[in-house]
Amino acid sequence: MSRRTLTVVSAGLSQPSSTRLLADQLAAATRADLAERGMSVDVHVVELRDHAHDIMNHLLTGFPSAGLRTAIDAVAGADGLIAVTPIFNASYSGLFKSFFDVIDGTALADTPVLAAATGGTARHSLALEHALRPMFTYLHAVVVPTAVFAATEDWAGGTVDSSLRARVRRAARELADQMVRRDEREVADPFALTTTFEELLSGREPALGLDQ
Amino acid sequence: MMQFGIFTVGDVTPDPTTGREPTEAERITAMMTLAQKAEEVGLDVFALGEHHNPPFVPSSPTTMLGYVAGRTDRLLLSTATTLITTNDPVKIAEDYAMLQHLAGGRVDLMMGRGNMGPVYPWFGQDIRNGIALAVENYALLHRLWREDVVDWEGRFRTPLQSFTATPRPLDGVPPFVWHGSIRSPEIAEQAAYYGDGFFANHIFWPREHTERMVGLYRQRFEHYGHGGADQAIVGLGGQVFMRRNSQDAVREFRPYFDNAPVYGHGPSLEEFTAETPLTVGSPQQVIDRTLTFRDYVGDYQRQLFLIDHAGLPLKTALEQLDLLGEEVVPVLRKEFAIGRPAHVPDAPTHESRKVAGVTR
Repeated sequence: MSRRTLTVVSAGLSQPSSTRLLADQLAAATRADLAERGMSVDVHVVELRDHAHDIMNHLLTGFPSAGLRTAIDAVAGADGLIAVTPIFNASYSGLFKSFFDVIDGTALADTPVLAAATGGTARHSLALEHALRPMFTYLHAVVVPTAVFAATEDWAGGTVDSSLRARVRRAARELADQMVRRDEREVADPFALTTTFEELLSGREPALGLDQ
Repeated sequence: MMQFGIFTVGDVTPDPTTGREPTEAERITAMMTLAQKAEEVGLDVFALGEHHNPPFVPSSPTTMLGYVAGRTDRLLLSTATTLITTNDPVKIAEDYAMLQHLAGGRVDLMMGRGNMGPVYPWFGQDIRNGIALAVENYALLHRLWREDVVDWEGRFRTPLQSFTATPRPLDGVPPFVWHGSIRSPEIAEQAAYYGDGFFANHIFWPREHTERMVGLYRQRFEHYGHGGADQAIVGLGGQVFMRRNSQDAVREFRPYFDNAPVYGHGPSLEEFTAETPLTVGSPQQVIDRTLTFRDYVGDYQRQLFLIDHAGLPLKTALEQLDLLGEEVVPVLRKEFAIGRPAHVPDAPTHESRKVAGVTR
């Protein structure tokens, strides 16, 4: 059975949080879907609340603490990513955005991403399409077509309503589709030399990798 | 023999404990006082930053270093860093050869790119060409110090025909060059290609960056046939604040740390001390921490300390120099010499390069 890594980023602030609850359901559904196809996954959960101070410190100093480094590496090295944020003021939370702001701009290129969010009412759901999806597209990630939004009403009565459960399963299947299609991810070493000095001297090497 | 010294960025920062901001004149004079004091207390090197934007004042390093040269006898004058991207390499060749003559050879340089986008266009350049500028400009500078007559054409500068940079380097020996970079492998490669020194900033960054960059430089130094990997010329930065009693050091330094440019209002002093080489404590703690540096870079040639930034008063910085000179550096010299293989070279000087006949 081949193995893949699935990293789950949850930007929920309260504990327990509905954002984390949704993240866990998406992870479980993805794991189950992959298992049916003979693929097992190692799931790494990154609770951004645990790294909140370190994320801000990274923005200020330009480098991550050891703990945050581990979280960033888990995202950069993932074969699939589930990213879940509460919707604040019609967009992702500042903490969620700041975390992706301190990750190298090329780290998510071609990474399958399932975007999801929570909010008070379903009227916030399009934030997934106008905020999360463009951000991940900018990062050259492959965002699966189904983005999952869970409003308070979806959790009503203590049980997940069947339509949310169906959306979770569909999104998980789409993420699993993308994950099985790819080889295991290889992470580029930022300190590796990718050119020779002769190339640099001749000026053939493009000045910087500014292709965006 | 290792070299020990100080490097200053020359920031004009208000003292957060009094709110008082030194004038440019006071800051410039203070840096010159520190340089002279560095020689008095027995340090080897004074290195000066180059900046062209406030709150920094040292825009004209050879003017300042020329003054220090006239006031000192033994001190090695260096830079941290010389902007190889936005300075005309012709002017660097001339300015530093002149300084070399005036200082009797006590000069080397550290090349750096500068990381502020808006600075580049003030000098007609573009930060997106940073690496390419560093490579082309240094290739020209390298020739200007080694060839009496240069014909040259490149991407970034008007061509040269039958050009001779004057004065020629003292005794025909070009100043030794270090290349500084935090995380660009191309610059470690550049240093290795020429057999020049590599200097790791090592103050605002975690040790892993230093370890990886120095490791790459050493490996490529050997690849280009300049000697074994452990014979490459490595320099490190470092940042310390000392009082005899470590609690006093922490208490006194904390407001400067908390409000410092670059890392102020971010991580706590304790977090930053754990994550970077910053050491705040007693002279013995500084000795112990500094001795660990060679565990991850190998035996190295030069250690520079940052002691005068973030609004620290001149009097405090002078006290730091006293502690470095009297208590820290003598022990570091002795301890770093223990177990240092005989084939690991000393830090290069004009005299050693003259003896070795380095003219090419």
